[in-house]
Amino acid sequence: MRHIISIKDFGRDEIDALLEKAAKIQKLGSYKRTLEGKLVALLFFEPSTRTRMSFTSALARLGGDPITVDSVEGSSISKGETLADTVRVVSSYVDAIVLRHPKEGAALLASEFASVPVINAGDGAGQHPSQTLLDLFTIKENMPLDGIDVGLLGDLRYGRTAHSLSYALSNYDVRLHTIAPKSLEMPAGHMSELKKRGVEVIEHQGLEEVINDLDVLYATRIQRERFPDSASYSRVANTYRITPDTLKDVRENLILLHPLPRAGEISPEVDALPYAKYFRQAQNGIPVRMAMLEEVML
Amino acid sequence: MSTPDFAKHGLLISPIENGTVIDHIKSGEALNVLRILGITGTTDKSLSIATNVQSSISEKKDIVKISNMELSKDDVNKIALIAPNATINIIRNYCVIEKIGVKIPDLLMGVIICSNPGCISNSNEPIDSKFEVVDGNLHCLYCDNIISSDIANHII
Repeated sequence: MRHIISIKDFGRDEIDALLEKAAKIQKLGSYKRTLEGKLVALLFFEPSTRTRMSFTSALARLGGDPITVDSVEGSSISKGETLADTVRVVSSYVDAIVLRHPKEGAALLASEFASVPVINAGDGAGQHPSQTLLDLFTIKENMPLDGIDVGLLGDLRYGRTAHSLSYALSNYDVRLHTIAPKSLEMPAGHMSELKKRGVEVIEHQGLEEVINDLDVLYATRIQRERFPDSASYSRVANTYRITPDTLKDVRENLILLHPLPRAGEISPEVDALPYAKYFRQAQNGIPVRMAMLEEVML
Repeated sequence: MSTPDFAKHGLLISPIENGTVIDHIKSGEALNVLRILGITGTTDKSLSIATNVQSSISEKKDIVKISNMELSKDDVNKIALIAPNATINIIRNYCVIEKIGVKIPDLLMGVIICSNPGCISNSNEPIDSKFEVVDGNLHCLYCDNIISSDIANHII
């Protein structure tokens, strides 16, 4: 049984194969109903719009049907049921589980108790492999994944998308630039693991120091919900803002990505520039998640 | 009054009839060793503790002797985390019947509390915490958190 829990479980060959599969699905345009008759539980115990709708859409395009729980209040977890019991029971109703949960490690725990495949749709500040795969897919649409300079901007301390993406990119020949305020720098353990994996990581605090040397700029939201109080959030909330002016001397091939939602990091005037690929990135979630669902269920 | 034998031979604390002697504990860690074994000031066990004594292999060491208690494998694993050079001697009838060198295992199950409050292993779930030991640091396999200092305070 195949689970998709962490991007760290994937080697380069597996990532490339999944991206290729997603590309084929996208090229087909109309989709084969390979999951007809299959049920998937979408257990979303943390708010999410894009990921939940994207998985629902991907599943529907493959002919499968969702059963959805979209809040803790709407589930027996509010009565004190453990996640372990929930997934044990839900496993007997469905053919796969897609889980979003506020606790780090929740998807791994779910995979230990489920009798059907589990796909991690984001666990706390931990892993978000489907987001990472669609990030890689979008980069690959625009340039090779080797020999590039990638900047990770914003909340690199709590931002799971940046964590996952950096691990995934460690399979390729990239130079990583982290750009974050001191209080939101990449955790030391994460940095040392990246270095152990042979990635060249260069740390910055100012975007202007490095933006003109980048092929990919991956901006992330400074997440209010991960801060202990509003004062510590306010101190860093508006550190970075990308405007057309910020991008005036960048490399011609630069692509600007963002996992969305954005909260002021990218001004709306940037949307019309050729660098802006974040809406395309969100759209790419469909073929990538279709490939993931097929991967674990067929 | 004659000098006792153990004093003549330079013994700081007397031999025990049955139990465990934990020797070569890193100096200053004896009380932590007791804490992780669950032994507190209200214990009814007979204990001897020596701290900062001369050692042949390191400058100074601590020694703990506990009467009528033999350590489990779990206990040995916990001690290894804070006293990696310790040796554990199981004593029966004043004789060392087993000498165990501690070795930090590659995987620690249910021994460490993850310091990340958001980690699922800190919830009311029916699981043990799970850590792999990498270069002396503890890596939580649930949440990826790394514990690299103050390990004694994270031992369950």
